[in-house]
Amino acid sequence: MSKSFFVDTTLCTACRGCQVACKQWHDLPAEKTENRGTYQNPADLSFDTYKLVRMNEAVIGGQLKWLFFPDQCRHCLEAPCLETAGDPAAIYYDEPSGAVIYTAATKNLDAAEIIESCPYNIPRKALDGTLAKCDMCYDRVAAGMQPACVKTCPTGAMNFGERADMLDLAQNRLTVLKRTHRGAMLLDPDDIRVVFMVAYDPGLYHEHAVASHSGHGISRQVALRRMLRPLKNLVSPFA
Amino acid sequence: MTNHWIDIKNSDCIMIMGSNAAENHPISFRYVTEAQQKGAKLISVDPRFTRTSARADLYAPMRSGTDIAILGGMIKYIIDNNLYNKEYIAAYTNAAFIVGTDYYFDDGLFAGFDRTSKKYDKKKWAFEMDANGVPKMDRTLEHPRCVFQILKKHFDRYNIALVSRISGTPQTDLKEIYQTYGATGARGKAGTIMYAMGWTQHTVGTQNIRTMAIIQLLLGNMGVAGGGVNALRGESNVQGSTDHCLLWHIWPGYLKTPRASNFSLAAYNQKWTPKSNDPLSANWWQNYPKYSISLLKSFFGDSAVAKNDYGYDWLPKVDDGKHYSWLDLFDEMYKGTFKGFFAWGQNPACSGAHAGKTRQALKKLDWMVNVNIFDNETGSFWRGPGEDPTKIKTEVFFLPAAVSIEKEGSITNSGRWSQWRYEGPRPLGSSLPDGQIIMELGNKIKAQYKDGGTFPEPIRNLKWDYAAKGTYDPHAVAKEINGYFLKDVTVKGKAFKKGTLVPSFAYLQADGSTSSGNWLYCNSYTEKGNMAARRSVKDAPNNIGLYPEFAWCWPVNRRIIYNRASVDLQGQPWDKSDWVIKWDGAKWSGGDVPDGGWPPIGSFDNPNPKARHAFIMRKHGHGQIFGPGRADGPLPEHYEPMECPVEKNFMSSTYTNPTAAVYGTEADVYKTCDPRFPFVGTTYRVVEHWQTGVMTRHQPWLLEMQPQVFVEMSEELAALKGIKNGERVVATSARGRLECTAIVTKRFKPLKVAGQLGAEVHQVGFPWCFGWQKPDSGKEESANLLTPSTGDPNTRIPETKAFMVNIQKV
Repeated sequence: MSKSFFVDTTLCTACRGCQVACKQWHDLPAEKTENRGTYQNPADLSFDTYKLVRMNEAVIGGQLKWLFFPDQCRHCLEAPCLETAGDPAAIYYDEPSGAVIYTAATKNLDAAEIIESCPYNIPRKALDGTLAKCDMCYDRVAAGMQPACVKTCPTGAMNFGERADMLDLAQNRLTVLKRTHRGAMLLDPDDIRVVFMVAYDPGLYHEHAVASHSGHGISRQVALRRMLRPLKNLVSPFA
Repeated sequence: MTNHWIDIKNSDCIMIMGSNAAENHPISFRYVTEAQQKGAKLISVDPRFTRTSARADLYAPMRSGTDIAILGGMIKYIIDNNLYNKEYIAAYTNAAFIVGTDYYFDDGLFAGFDRTSKKYDKKKWAFEMDANGVPKMDRTLEHPRCVFQILKKHFDRYNIALVSRISGTPQTDLKEIYQTYGATGARGKAGTIMYAMGWTQHTVGTQNIRTMAIIQLLLGNMGVAGGGVNALRGESNVQGSTDHCLLWHIWPGYLKTPRASNFSLAAYNQKWTPKSNDPLSANWWQNYPKYSISLLKSFFGDSAVAKNDYGYDWLPKVDDGKHYSWLDLFDEMYKGTFKGFFAWGQNPACSGAHAGKTRQALKKLDWMVNVNIFDNETGSFWRGPGEDPTKIKTEVFFLPAAVSIEKEGSITNSGRWSQWRYEGPRPLGSSLPDGQIIMELGNKIKAQYKDGGTFPEPIRNLKWDYAAKGTYDPHAVAKEINGYFLKDVTVKGKAFKKGTLVPSFAYLQADGSTSSGNWLYCNSYTEKGNMAARRSVKDAPNNIGLYPEFAWCWPVNRRIIYNRASVDLQGQPWDKSDWVIKWDGAKWSGGDVPDGGWPPIGSFDNPNPKARHAFIMRKHGHGQIFGPGRADGPLPEHYEPMECPVEKNFMSSTYTNPTAAVYGTEADVYKTCDPRFPFVGTTYRVVEHWQTGVMTRHQPWLLEMQPQVFVEMSEELAALKGIKNGERVVATSARGRLECTAIVTKRFKPLKVAGQLGAEVHQVGFPWCFGWQKPDSGKEESANLLTPSTGDPNTRIPETKAFMVNIQKV
């Protein structure tokens, strides 16, 4: 049975334990940062930062809200990046968990095209063109552990488990939240494995909180690639 | 904490004021969240909208330093609207006590104030006694001089309009907070307070907490699950170090440090052992001599005998009326009074108020020993910004210490839980556990005094046997803290063998037959084993998250103290579902360890003679709404901070706390209502760094998230000063300057208050976790360069949460 996250942003305190736990588990270096007039740091996801708590101030109904959004790869059920790459040596599904995994072979892909394909603006490239992003801690998951970000979360904002259980949890929490927040919603729950719940307009949390452009319909480009794939697969062993 | 972390989940209303728990105690939010999901309301009151406020149901801004005004308004609201639990306060608090005719309060001053010494004669606040020497009481609470009536009159001035004018908190917010929190006065409801240095670090710090304690007593929130007065300690083992006498004025277990006038052990015990003539008062401190003599036996072993007062004369005494706390020590160091200093696990060059004065003071020393896991701004003060090492005489020694996970021992959390932990990795390089360093230091000092010296007895007679094969043994120390029977004895009908561990402090004796390094911890390491090492996750039958066999908590594993107030006079819980203890007709069963096993009172007309009043640590057995022991008054009163933006105190003509600690060197300058320093400054922590950052600024992942010292300010103030978000600015106070990065935010808002300097009061805030050593730029300095060396008259804690600054573009 495949896995999913449920991220309840209404419980997030932006302690950023998840952000550090991610770096620790993946042994990612710290970036050189400076204070840019906000707590959010680094400024954005990067090749060395897979998990980033985005922090935005918004006045809603005359009241100040500080909105926290622990951003990461959504591990799409039908991942446009994977489809776009069309190269299982570079991007593939980890079967047991459902994680979308990037390998060192992403270096050979057209990085701009992969990044462009992502509805959530997640993949980031190194100077040499290799792509990186959240891997769901699939190694931990295979060993029966929770992803590092979930393990460290003190409040229950980050949850992880069987997909059906996570969707149940998400629905239950949404039902409760809707009593006080009419605009509460789950973000693209049917398409992705990292289901966020927000209390307000998702655009206030992050520009890419929900799928951009046409959402999860595949592009003409990807359709074309799918059509050509058998040929490519035939050719590649000899390349 | 009177309660404990997990117990927060049992609350119906959580007020976070004077702390920022989401950022500074992140794990607490597991339980805050659990309470909220069960319907509890979370209130956040803070000068700045914080990550705690982001999760709150109710947020209100305030001017820093006006907590007593806000809470005093709540007391008035609770009384005016009959939200208090009358049965509770009449039975369990001193609301019914009659105060003597000498007491008065007039225009901000209590009876007995001496304008020359700036001290109160506390005798003027005494209770009226009956012929037997028991306080006179009127449990109907009608007597005009009973505490309840005095309280009511005292806070009658604290109406919402005036409180709002002083604090800047909008009236609608105040009313909503008072209503929401006041609702926990209903039987079966519980409200809790989570506070920290935002309340303590003021010239009225102690009275901030007193005000909340009064609210908790009025609402019947003391002793109950989900209630209490809960101090979130600022370091993981501060509770433990305080229990074991980190502070100058106490010995282990909150015994008193002897004063010079306590000229003999008998005089010392006589002075500090309270006496009650009320047969219903347990007056637990009547056991004082058992604890003090057991402690002396622990210090000096066989050398301590009745004939030599158990070595009492060998211990240092403090001068009467003199203070030896942080501000006082650095003041004396600054004046060159003493020559040597151990900076052990601390970083005064960044952590203390008025760090500039501290750094100057360090130059007056001949030597300093810095014990830490890293070199820090204190050990390297002589090469700090603006210093000329050739002109500084202080010789500095650095002793590298093992980090917490490299050593075995106990750690006591805010909830008083002593938890045993084990050595993980071996200490790196030549670093040693603190215990090993202290033990070796003691051995060297003992060797120095082997052949004599000035007053060698304390050193020679000190029992110093905590090594196993030359290595410090934390178990030996833990057992010593618990205490031993030193001879074969029979106590309370039970026979005990010499050399066995004392099962609990109820068995400690004043005749030299027992030892205990800390009576409060007697019961923590017994013949049954190391209680702190227990790890059972089985809850008690009442199922409220006590987990009585997980670790151990003082006293005697009682998880919620004052729990005898959680029941009515028949011993039945106010809260039928989340109950703490319950009387079954013959005994207390099924819940927490009761605050003494005596039966409930029954009724005051015909009390059970075997019963005892609920607050057993108080001389008269009652929770203290009226607190005649404090230096600055028996009731809280609003005074302005030593530096403030308003020209007068609108509550009275007494401007600031008349008894506040102030210092007189040329470095000690205070500028109040001065147009050169027009903005209210405050300091705080961030979740990403720890204390002064010695442990975290070396950690690249943490520095990545919070790389630079900053000042947060409102959009309005930034516009006024032409400051852009993210640019470097300079903050100045009467004492120092700090370059920092501006964070322009909606989370600070200017406030309208009465009598302010300009059109509005602007507040700014700084994190105090930086210092010049790290990051490598050397430009991120301590915010304590700005803070003042003035403090609370009771605790002498500095007023770092409210002071005046200016902000300018670089």
